[in-house]
Amino acid sequence: MSRTLSAPVTVAFDYTRSTGPVLGRFLTGLRDGVLVAARTSDGEVVVPPPEYDPVTHAATTDFVEVSPTGTVTSWTWVPEPVAAQPLERPFAFALVLLDGATQPFLHALDVASPADATTGMRVQVRWRPERVGAITDIECFEPAAGGAPPVDRPHSTLDPVTGVVTPVALDYTYAASPEESAFYRGLAEGRIVGQRCPACAKVYVPPRSACPADGTPTTDEVELAHTGTVTTFCIVNVPFLGQRITPPYVSAYVLLDGADIAFLHLILDIPAEEVRMGMRVEAVWKPREEWGTTIENISHFRPTGEPDAAYDTYSQHL
Amino acid sequence: MRDVAVVGFAQRQMQDFDGSPTCVELLVPLFAECYEQTGWSRRDIGFWCSGSSDYLAGRSFSFVQAVDAIGVIPPVNESHVEMDLAWAMYEAWLKIQTGEVDTALVYAFGKSSAGVLRRTLALQLDPYTMTPLWPDTVSLAGLQARAGIDAGLWDETAMAEVAHRSLTDAEKNEYAVRKGGSSVSALLSRPLYADPLRKHDCAPVTDGAAAIVLAAGDRAREVRDRPAWLTGISHHVDPMSMGTRDLTRSPSTARSGAALDLTGVDTAELHAPFSHQELVLRRELGLGDDVRVNPSGGALTSNPMFSAGGIRVGEAARRVWAGESDKALAHATSGPALQQNLVCTLEGQR
Repeated sequence: MSRTLSAPVTVAFDYTRSTGPVLGRFLTGLRDGVLVAARTSDGEVVVPPPEYDPVTHAATTDFVEVSPTGTVTSWTWVPEPVAAQPLERPFAFALVLLDGATQPFLHALDVASPADATTGMRVQVRWRPERVGAITDIECFEPAAGGAPPVDRPHSTLDPVTGVVTPVALDYTYAASPEESAFYRGLAEGRIVGQRCPACAKVYVPPRSACPADGTPTTDEVELAHTGTVTTFCIVNVPFLGQRITPPYVSAYVLLDGADIAFLHLILDIPAEEVRMGMRVEAVWKPREEWGTTIENISHFRPTGEPDAAYDTYSQHL
Repeated sequence: MRDVAVVGFAQRQMQDFDGSPTCVELLVPLFAECYEQTGWSRRDIGFWCSGSSDYLAGRSFSFVQAVDAIGVIPPVNESHVEMDLAWAMYEAWLKIQTGEVDTALVYAFGKSSAGVLRRTLALQLDPYTMTPLWPDTVSLAGLQARAGIDAGLWDETAMAEVAHRSLTDAEKNEYAVRKGGSSVSALLSRPLYADPLRKHDCAPVTDGAAAIVLAAGDRAREVRDRPAWLTGISHHVDPMSMGTRDLTRSPSTARSGAALDLTGVDTAELHAPFSHQELVLRRELGLGDDVRVNPSGGALTSNPMFSAGGIRVGEAARRVWAGESDKALAHATSGPALQQNLVCTLEGQR
């Protein structure tokens, strides 16, 4: 058994950004099959256009079209492409000096092997058939065939591009700390495991690697009761992506008996408006055959029917 | 200006950290080493500053959770930068300069192995025209390496010589992830990976953490007979886009170096995650052949994200403490292909 538990996790979000007038103009050009560069005060022709002049810092206003053909000024081989790169098979990244520009432009170059790429080679844009106003409207560069590269839908009369949506998804192997791993392994056996700080004797659940009060490593394992007190709570009325329970429902901090820190769980089996601070609750476990190394083994907490706890018993844990 | 010195340094560098991305358990023993080196407790630390990034391991607010390793009763004076340890150290140095505090413990951590590092770092780039292409770190360095080769500024042999010297020096570094067992000709006979780079031209993916202790004036003299006084510190940034800068140069490094007095530097710890980048940095800083470069083995032999630049400062300081160096230079980098650079000098005599 490895020291810690781990699991794959994907963090994904679609970033929505406004483009502003300069990048908007560049991306509008891409959608329309045209490469828009900026002429800067030092005489350079730069693509993508910078939003502000590098010397005067004035907003960019002088735009010029450059050619979709050009010359490779540097390249590198990508033997193991990573997710979402322009090509899924090995390819090159290249800096390409487009004809009419004075500074090179970064994009992918589709060649079969590094033997087919050279500094100085002539290349052309391969346009994506369906273009939306994003840098990926250029599928990649490819060796030049002579003449202008074909473009399916040049110079549209659509509205200018004012925003982009960039999906970002990152895959991780997420690991728990050794203390968290002990907590999850305990849950798989129907136990709630915390740890006591050897210096200040506070009990933390889920356990953490060090006592947040004094920085001492927490080493002493403590098994906790399955009953506790609601210290504070909120009634969730707002629907959100991934929600599993229909609102309204209650998310609460439960201070387990014997613990010095509350942890977050659901309070069910009671109307939301009747949940209150000081309410005594107990863990409701899912059927044993559904258990894993997860906090979801505890389905929720429900009222025990005991009288409410006195405020003094949890006032230091709010 | 107040006299400020590096008086403590602890580090861990490893291929894989078998623990959570908050790295709390990794930081606790590092802080213990810093307390042991200084004779202080956490209550002697006036300011805390950390460097890390949540993107590295996909866990939000990991730097907040890492504060557990400090212990915050009574509350501490604390800050965080989404940058390398070296920049966190710069913030702490500034804090001491304000006179508000006399001491600082600066730390950084990162679990690069949790994701695909060269891909994750694409999120550092321009989100409109670069990130959607996911140009990975190795590819961006490869474009830079070829630019220099084509310009006749270096060749594959010069790059292999850097790698060989680093691997040889790393044999004496207990934390190095890669070390030893090669020759220049053996390295050159290995296959190209991201042409023109071979794998040994690229820093290994490394997990780790490090901590540096700073102290002003007499607080520094309490700790060390020979504190490593920070006699100069400077950082600059180049454009992010790959097209609008000469990739064979690092103007921000040159400018940072020019702001300092580099006369008499005998040792340099350069943060060069790719072999050719050491050649760029040496040139921009005007380091002569008599300067001992990267005696630790450098970032080519282990490169924990968000710590590796600061580790250069710590390694330089260790040599000053030991009397092996009278004046050492430390350099840290961040961003694509040496975009952002920090240079500082550490001296045994103030």
